[in-house]
Parts: sequence; C-alpha cells; structure tokens
Amino acid sequence: MKKKLSFILLLILILPLLASCHGKQKSIGFAVPDHFDDQAPVEIVFWAKNDTNRNQVAVYQKAIEGFQTLYPNVTVNIRLYTDYGRIYNDVITNISTNTTPNVCITYPDHIATYLTGADTVAPLDDLMADPRFGLGGSEVRFDAPKTEEIVPEFLQECRIGEHTYAMPYMRSTEALYVNEDYVKKLGYELPEIMTWDFIWEVSEKAMEQDADGVFKVNGQKVMIPFIYKSTDNMMISMLKQLDAPYSTDDGEILIFNDTTKEVLQEIYSHGKSRAFSTFGISSYPGNFLNAGQCIFAIDSTAGATWMGSDAPMLDIHEEQVVPFHTKVMPIPQFDPEHPKMISQGPSVCVFNKQNDQEVLASWLFVQYLLTNEIQMGYAETEGYLPVTLKAQNSAEYQDYLSRKGEDNKEHYAVKIEASELLMKYTADTFVTPVFNGSASLRSAAGQLIENTVKGARRKQEMNDAFIDKLFSEVSSLYRLDQIGKAAKGSGEEAGVKEAKELPTESVALLIIVPCVWLLIGAYKLWNKKKTNIHH
Amino acid sequence: MKNKKLLIALVAILAVAVLVLSSCQKTEEKAKEAAAAVEEKAEEVKEEVKEEAAEAAEKVEEKVEEVKEEAAAAVDTAKEEVAEAAEKAEEKVEEVKEEVKEEAAEVAEKVEEAVDTAKEEAAAAVETAKEEVAEAAEKVEEKVEDVKEEAAEAVAAATVMSHDEYVKADLDTPVCIEAYVQANQSWWEGKIKLYLQDENGAYFAYDLPCTEEDAAKLAVPGTKVRINGMKAEWSGEVEIIDATYEILEGSFIAEPADVTDLFGKDELINHMNEKIAVKDAKVAASKVDGKDEEFAFLYNWDGSGTPGSDLYFNVEIGGQTYTFTVESYLCGQDTDVYKAVEGLKVGDTIDMEGFLYWYNGANPHITSVTVK
Repeated sequence: MKKKLSFILLLILILPLLASCHGKQKSIGFAVPDHFDDQAPVEIVFWAKNDTNRNQVAVYQKAIEGFQTLYPNVTVNIRLYTDYGRIYNDVITNISTNTTPNVCITYPDHIATYLTGADTVAPLDDLMADPRFGLGGSEVRFDAPKTEEIVPEFLQECRIGEHTYAMPYMRSTEALYVNEDYVKKLGYELPEIMTWDFIWEVSEKAMEQDADGVFKVNGQKVMIPFIYKSTDNMMISMLKQLDAPYSTDDGEILIFNDTTKEVLQEIYSHGKSRAFSTFGISSYPGNFLNAGQCIFAIDSTAGATWMGSDAPMLDIHEEQVVPFHTKVMPIPQFDPEHPKMISQGPSVCVFNKQNDQEVLASWLFVQYLLTNEIQMGYAETEGYLPVTLKAQNSAEYQDYLSRKGEDNKEHYAVKIEASELLMKYTADTFVTPVFNGSASLRSAAGQLIENTVKGARRKQEMNDAFIDKLFSEVSSLYRLDQIGKAAKGSGEEAGVKEAKELPTESVALLIIVPCVWLLIGAYKLWNKKKTNIHH
Repeated sequence: MKNKKLLIALVAILAVAVLVLSSCQKTEEKAKEAAAAVEEKAEEVKEEVKEEAAEAAEKVEEKVEEVKEEAAAAVDTAKEEVAEAAEKAEEKVEEVKEEVKEEAAEVAEKVEEAVDTAKEEAAAAVETAKEEVAEAAEKVEEKVEDVKEEAAEAVAAATVMSHDEYVKADLDTPVCIEAYVQANQSWWEGKIKLYLQDENGAYFAYDLPCTEEDAAKLAVPGTKVRINGMKAEWSGEVEIIDATYEILEGSFIAEPADVTDLFGKDELINHMNEKIAVKDAKVAASKVDGKDEEFAFLYNWDGSGTPGSDLYFNVEIGGQTYTFTVESYLCGQDTDVYKAVEGLKVGDTIDMEGFLYWYNGANPHITSVTVK
C-alpha cells in the first residue's frame, strides 16, 4: 500500500514535467556549413505564388534554369500557387509532417505562425553575414546584392523579433486608380494627394440619377463610384493615418476602439447610399472601372495591368470597355502633408532541414531571386518595385521607367506609374506588427468593413448596438480574444518579446509540488500516529 | 675855394627854397581845387540823398498803399470764409437733421422688421413643430414599415420561397429556399459552395459555413436542404450568401437542360446555375499572349497554371466562340472531365454537361465532356 501511494505521488510529480516538455523544442537556429558540396545532388522544393500571370511564371522558370546552370547538382522543383492563403494552409499542414518546402513565397505574418514550431524557419542573419555564402559573398557564383543594396525599409519588414526570417522578394503598395474624366465631369479637379473627404464627396455626387434611374455621370444604370479591393488594408491604413490603436507589437489586440467605430460609421453612410462597395460584395474594382461604372478603384500596384481602358489585361468583354484617362494616385489620406500607405508584396523564407546542404542551396537560390535580372524581370510583369537598390538604380531599370507609355504592354503607362508611386513614397510606407495571429487580425480588420457595408445595404440601423454586435462577432470569428491571451504567454515561440506570464504548465507545477510535499508530510504524521496507537 | 663852395651851396639852398615855395604854392592851389571839388561832390551827394530819400518815401507810401489793399482783401476773404462756414454749418445742420430723420426711420423700420421676424419666427416655429410632428409621424411610419419589412423578412426567412419568388426577391434581402444539391466545390476553411436545383430552377449557395462532417453529407448529389441566407450578386452571379442550412429528407437529381440554342441569346441568363447540356460544340483554339502556338485548352485563363489548375477552353457554338471552364475545386485533376479536357484537340466536336455559372457573362463549369 505504501509503495503504491509513493508511486502515485511520484507520478504526480513527474507528469507535469513530462507535460511541460511536450510540444516545445529549444531553438538551435541554423549553423552555416563550412563548405558547399557541389557534387552531391540536392533537390529543393520551391512553393511560389503568381498573380495568375504567365509572365511571372516564366520569370520563375528562368530563375530556376539560371540557378541550376550555375549549380548543376541542385534541382529546384517549383509548385505554383495563385493564392497566399493556400500556401499558408499547406505549409501549416506540412509542418506537422515535417514536409514543408525548402523555399516558400510568403508574408511575414504567416512566418510568425510557422515559427510556433521550433526551428521550422531558418533564421537568415548568419547566412546573410557569411563572407563566403552571404549576400554578395566571395563564393556566390553570381552577382548577388549586398545587404546594403537591399531597400532598408523592405529588409526591416522581414525581421521578426531579433532575427531576419525572410528576404523581401517584390514590393507593392495600394494605388488609387481614378477615372479622371468623370471627376472633371462632376465639376472637380483632382488634388495632388486625395483626402478621404474629397473621395466621399465626389462619390456621393456621382450617385445622382435621372428619373429613369440612369446615373448622370456615366449614362448607365450601374455606378459604384468607389470600390476598395482589400478592406483589410482599408481599415489598417485608415487607423494608421489617424494614429489610432490596432495592436501592440507583441500581439495585444487594440482594434476595437472608438476611432474604429467612427471610421465604420462613415463607411456605413456611403455603403447605405451605395456610393461605396468592396471587392467582397461587388467584384474586382478594375472591372467596374474599365466599364465606366466606377470612378475610384483602389487596388494593389501589383494589379496595375488590369486597370484602365487601355489595360493589357482585361476581365470584361471588350465592347464593355469605356475609354477614359486613368490617373494613378496614392490612396486617400487624412493628413495629405504626411501620407501613409501600406507596404505589401511577397517575401521568401527558407525552411530549416536536417541536411544543412539543402538549407545552404535554398539560401543561395533565394539570393539568386534577388539578382537584377530576376528582380527586374518579375517587377516589370506588374506594377511591382524591385526590392534592391542595385536593381532600382540600374541603367536597364531606369531605361524601362523612361519608356513609360511607349506601348500598352511592357511599357503600359499605368503599370509604370504604379511602380513609380511606390518608389516615390517608399519612406511613407508602413507594415503592421507581426505576431502569431496577426494574419487573423488583418482579416478581422477587413471583416469589420465588409459586415458594415453589408449591414448598410441590408438596411440595418447603425447604432451602438450594431457596433457592439459587430465587434463581438468579428472577435469571435477570428478568435481574437484567444490571440490576445496567447500573445501574453507565447511571445517567445512567436519570435516576439518574451512572455510576461509563466506558462500554464509551470504554474501548475509550482502549485502541485508543495501540495505533494504537504501530502507526504501528512502521510508521515498519520503513519507515525497510527504506529504509536498500535504500540 | 672855400667861398666858392659856400656860394654854390647857398645858391643850391636858394634854388631848393625856390622850388619848395613853388611847390607849396602848387599844393595850395591843388588843395583849393580839391576843396572845391569836394564841395561840389558834397552838393551832388546831397542831391542824390535827397532824391533817394524822396524815392524811398514814395516807395514807403506805395508799400503802405499795398498793405492797406492786402489788408482790405484779407478782410474780404475772411468775410467770405466766415460766410461760407456759416453756410456749411447750416448745411451740416440740415444733413444731421436728415440723418437723424433717416436713422429714426431705419430704427422704425427695424422695429417693424423685428416685429415681422418675430411673427415669421413664430410662424416658422409653428411650421417646424408641424414638420417635426410630421417627421415623427413619418419616422413612426417608417419604423412601422421597417417592422413590417423585418416581419416580412422574418416571414420570408421562415417561409420557403418558390423559385419564382426567389428570382423576384430584391438583392440584399433574406431568402429561404428548399432545393437539392447537384454538386459542390470542395470544403475549404469551414465553408462549402453548393450548386442547388429544384424542379423549377437553380441556386448557388456561396461559402456556406459547415463542419467537415456535414460537408460530406452535403456533397452527396440529390441531398435536400433548406437554405436561409441573403440574396446577393457578384460579377453577375446571383447567389445566396451568409447562409445557414438544414439537411432534409428527400432526393432529386436534375436532368441537364439543353441550352445549346440559347448561347448568344438573352434568355440564357434565365438558366443561371442550372445543370445544362451543350451539344455538338467544336473545340476552338486558345492562344497564349506572345506565342503563336495554338492550344486546345489552357491551365488557368492565360496559360499560367500547371496541371491541377482550372482548365479553360474555347468552343464554337452557332458560329460564336465561348469560353468554358473546368473548375478545379468542382472537378479536380483526377476526375474524368479534367482528363478528358486535357486530351482535347482543336477541331474536336464535343457534348458537354455542367453548371451554368456566371462571371461577367456565361461561364459554364463543366462536369463531363464526350468527344464525338
């Protein structure tokens, strides 16, 4: 009996220890090997994202061919995606089976989640600085950029906590594509930088219809003056411009505040009048813009080839296209003197593997993606901007920019103006804090707008009850309450600041151990007393 | 000798004396002459002085006369100015009198206006009060209408619509239908897309939230469901969104409607989302931007995809070319239709079945292809 009790007590002591070991491994990072073995075959898997654009696919293929020529023992197998969300989900699925790709196009938000598994993603700091295989290193077989030749703002975006976990690959921002003819027809002149007040005023003015329901400005029965593609970005940008809370760096959720409420009330009024809509509710802004059914379309600069009546990419029938002059502008601002716009676009990370030669080959391939040829090749497929100053300042790229408008394909004016927009405003771009759950928070930000506009269209009343319900539903849908809590307890895993509170297992252990000793003591006393009685 | 010298000296002295006397005499004469001249001169000067004095006296008199005249003129001017000032003063007094009168009139007018304004304000207040009452009444009416609408919506939500009622329902209003699953796009992130149909028409439920377990049930063709949601339109596709579902007893598999002859006609839209058949279509060439090569199909719309991506292919129907799609989430890479389309050749004559999805126009999602 005594032995049995001792065993139970021992088990009570050990179990929490075992539990606390489960699911968390100590990070060992990645040690750069002392040489690159160019004899042993190495196969690396590259998950890439393209914008359903065969020119981009061609650039990836060119990159692979070029790299394999320089490193004949390395084979790069590409898997193409057209959706970041699918890549993210597939990576998450494959982390558990240790079958992640070697190299992956991704967003830092996603990497923060990948990092919940120890050593899943290789930190690149040592690789970048290595004199032989680092950026522009002595044993790199091509003209790679040096660290200082990468746009500092873009490189900084790839830092999570104390480490760099990705390289920027392409960068874009959002642009406001305007049917300038309609703005003038409504009696307005475009300012250099548009304000939110201006865009709302003109949008409402454009809603005037004749007795037959035909919109006066375009003579059609369809007109949505203002369509925003990414409502996630819309809410994030508006809050940033207003210097309003969104989240802390370590993941505390602050989005449900009075400024958000005011922003939503404004959006509601224009959703109700139908002067404003979203991609989620109506469709691609570019389709309406090109059909003369929209005046202000906000979409990525990486979607510039779809914008404008001369756009090389077209998603509507040619006979539906209405000719107009397209003006490319920064997104609307609350303070035009201090514009703020989001920085977005793909980055590329390297997954950690047991075979360090695989990781090294992957890193070299990532560097190859940063060479001028690949950077310019990919950037010119859309309104992207190369992420290296080396490429941006090259004579070839400058020549490309100078030929703006020469044709409506390679030198399509709207596309090049979109790239120039980001180049001009790089210092005014921002990114949101990255933590485990930041991707969900982004989605929630957009959902607030989507639900508000839907509510307005469905004649729901805007009042405190509407807002309270909306905040509650969105918070629940994206589990933001749990993210907020997790942020306080899992900062280390997320690669962010250390946790301020002890993990649950540790707390349990601290409670159980003294209890066990008390039980042992009590048992001893009871036993002694029992022995005395017997004696 | 000595006396000679003395004599000579005496003679010399006498000579000098004679000379001196002579000289003195001349001098005296000259002095007399001079005195006479002086006297003459004095007389002249006296005359001149007298003349000048006379002239000066004359000038003084003239000056006195002038001063007198000026004084007289100044007196006249002063008199005139005084007279003018007096006149002006009188005018000013008249002006002031006028101003005072005007001001008094204005004040009187203002008082009258104030009285009028007060009257008007009072009238406006009455009017506003009336309007407010009217607005309040209107709001009450609106509220009643809203309540009625809500009630109607609630009824609609609870009442199963016929297909005809569904078609007539406004966008952004609640709808409730009962129909049978014909096909689905794969369950993803807790949501499923359903192609639904009853005996009278078709529906498309977009991103219906459901568990994976229920998704398996909903994926069975023929399954009867009740869908409550909101009617919406996205790029021309009319669909039910933000919906909930209930699986019911019953089963129905729709027969495909042959819409071959409707391509290019407005009536085609009446078959939106229906299971359709197209007969004797001819595979037309697809091209990729920048390449001369012709393809029977493309992976993605522009050829940017890889096996597993959506398939796009062109067919000729009635002399016009239309694009058909194998939606990979509906019919994946391992399905017969996917493989069949990958095997198509330009010029093949084919029969197809699928669903009449809409994306800026007809965009059929094909589920079977038969090469003739």
